[in-house]
Amino acid sequence: MEFRGKVHKLGAHIDTDAIIPARFLVTTDVKELGGHCMAGIDPKWVKKVSEGDIIVAGPNFGCGSSREHAPLAILGAGIPLVIAHSFARIFYRNAFNMGLPLIEIGDMWENIDEGDELKVNLVKGEIQNLTKNQVINTPKLPDFMLNLLKVGGLIEYVKNKIKGN
Amino acid sequence: MGKGLVQKILEQHTDQKDFSVGQIIQCKVSKVLANDITAPLAIKSMEKMGATKVFDPEKVILVCDHFTPNKDIDSAEQVKIVREFAKKMGIKYYFEGGDVGVEHALLPELGLVEPMDIVVGADSHTCTYGAIGAFATGLGSTDIAAAMVLGETWFKVPPTIYVELKGKLPEFVQGKDIILNLIGNIGVDGALYKALEFGGDTLKELNIEMRMTIANMAIEAGGKVGLFPIDDITKKYMDERGKKIQECVYPDEDASYEKKITIEVDQLSPQVACPHLPENVKPVEEVKGVKVDQVVIGSCTNGRITDLRQAAEILKGRKVKKHVRLIILPATPNIYKQALKEGLIEIFLDAGAVVGPPTCGPCLGGHMGILASGEVAVATTNRNFKGRMGSLDSFVYLSNPYVAAASAICGEIVHPKIVIGTSD
Repeated sequence: MEFRGKVHKLGAHIDTDAIIPARFLVTTDVKELGGHCMAGIDPKWVKKVSEGDIIVAGPNFGCGSSREHAPLAILGAGIPLVIAHSFARIFYRNAFNMGLPLIEIGDMWENIDEGDELKVNLVKGEIQNLTKNQVINTPKLPDFMLNLLKVGGLIEYVKNKIKGN
Repeated sequence: MGKGLVQKILEQHTDQKDFSVGQIIQCKVSKVLANDITAPLAIKSMEKMGATKVFDPEKVILVCDHFTPNKDIDSAEQVKIVREFAKKMGIKYYFEGGDVGVEHALLPELGLVEPMDIVVGADSHTCTYGAIGAFATGLGSTDIAAAMVLGETWFKVPPTIYVELKGKLPEFVQGKDIILNLIGNIGVDGALYKALEFGGDTLKELNIEMRMTIANMAIEAGGKVGLFPIDDITKKYMDERGKKIQECVYPDEDASYEKKITIEVDQLSPQVACPHLPENVKPVEEVKGVKVDQVVIGSCTNGRITDLRQAAEILKGRKVKKHVRLIILPATPNIYKQALKEGLIEIFLDAGAVVGPPTCGPCLGGHMGILASGEVAVATTNRNFKGRMGSLDSFVYLSNPYVAAASAICGEIVHPKIVIGTSD
């Protein structure tokens, strides 16, 4: 699983009300949610995002509510991957369930800047910063999460399980 | 090595033997919960999974409490999806209209969650039920859909931080101040991926409602659960709901913890979390004088009868300051009725408060009290993120009901003793 895109840098403790404010939770439409991605920080933020761009953020990304609308809004905005120092636990599960991979890189998040071009190989656990000509190696994803991504998320996982029964 | 509460509960729900911290285990769930915001997504996911029925219609609970009474057409459509699903699946515990209360006040009140249960809910404050010794945690809608269908889910076994609460509760200090103080100490990611377990001699002074306030905000420190032992106070609470608890459950004395923290409760003043993070906590004395436009008393954190009694203690015979809006939302219909019986509602109305129906409403900036730009609110709720209760340029301070009520009277944040003096 490879990704290539431009970085949009965010800070620490980006909460789910920042990612998608509650007033937009009256829909489950991914594109519509995507149109309001990060509206809790700046309603115009999403306008500068192009398909394939990558978010890089600080500690505890996705803290706050359990709303699955948060990873959906990120996917809906055309962002296929989030890299952060660390993630809040409910957001972590939700993202993989929705097919949005996450990479935790600890303090290395500070070495990536707004606008950097990244090439990411998820299975190898490698982030290439093409702008800075640097490589960041990341810990391998837990097998359970990789399996989940391989089958296409939790929906497919359960679908297979129901069929199996 | 002895066992903590996390292990004692999880081992009753999994086939895996001798699991350790960090391991991913499959667990049977006792109850699965969703609300009007999260259930529609779960229902959609269930359909995509090809599932046509839930694992047990008596163990799936649906509570339409967030945007209800339906605030607009879109939210009415969402609730309609949940209602029709509940009918089709034969869901026994579906709540809407006059039945509905804020989910995390409603379920324990009705005895629908029990000690030693595993409860998963598509709502981050599901951790509230740790107060009665249930391993309860929030998940997203698709995880909830999977649990609704399979009756099981996976957990990564969390390490535990043990929090010892020492000393007597000072006047005007309650559960909220203990949990805010803890979050202020360890930060909003201080318990990330971890369990919090509470113990210590203060527990005998904490009724289940105050324990719920504490467990409720475990998530505000990033925690997976906030667990209390199952003691005589828990037994009595469950007994009043017709549920007999056979035995108390405490952690083993030699249980292993990642870390131990002590809070000297008898040294605490009322605590206030300042904008825009629940970790920006200060004693009320350091925040006094901040002008207030709105005060909200309610929510899954502090909307129970204990909280309303505390608010009434302050408000009785007094008036809310001109140009300040005080909104009080009893968290369930039974709490509302009890408050009515005790004369609390009259005290609130005489003071000039708006008393609304049970709803999550303003806590998440949904409805029933949204903030304009530049406005300041004191709320007994759980989050003060930027824009949480309305405009991105508004400010939310979190406090207990005593401080909230006193601030409504003075039009600025004050220590409650300024309003009614102390018993010293």
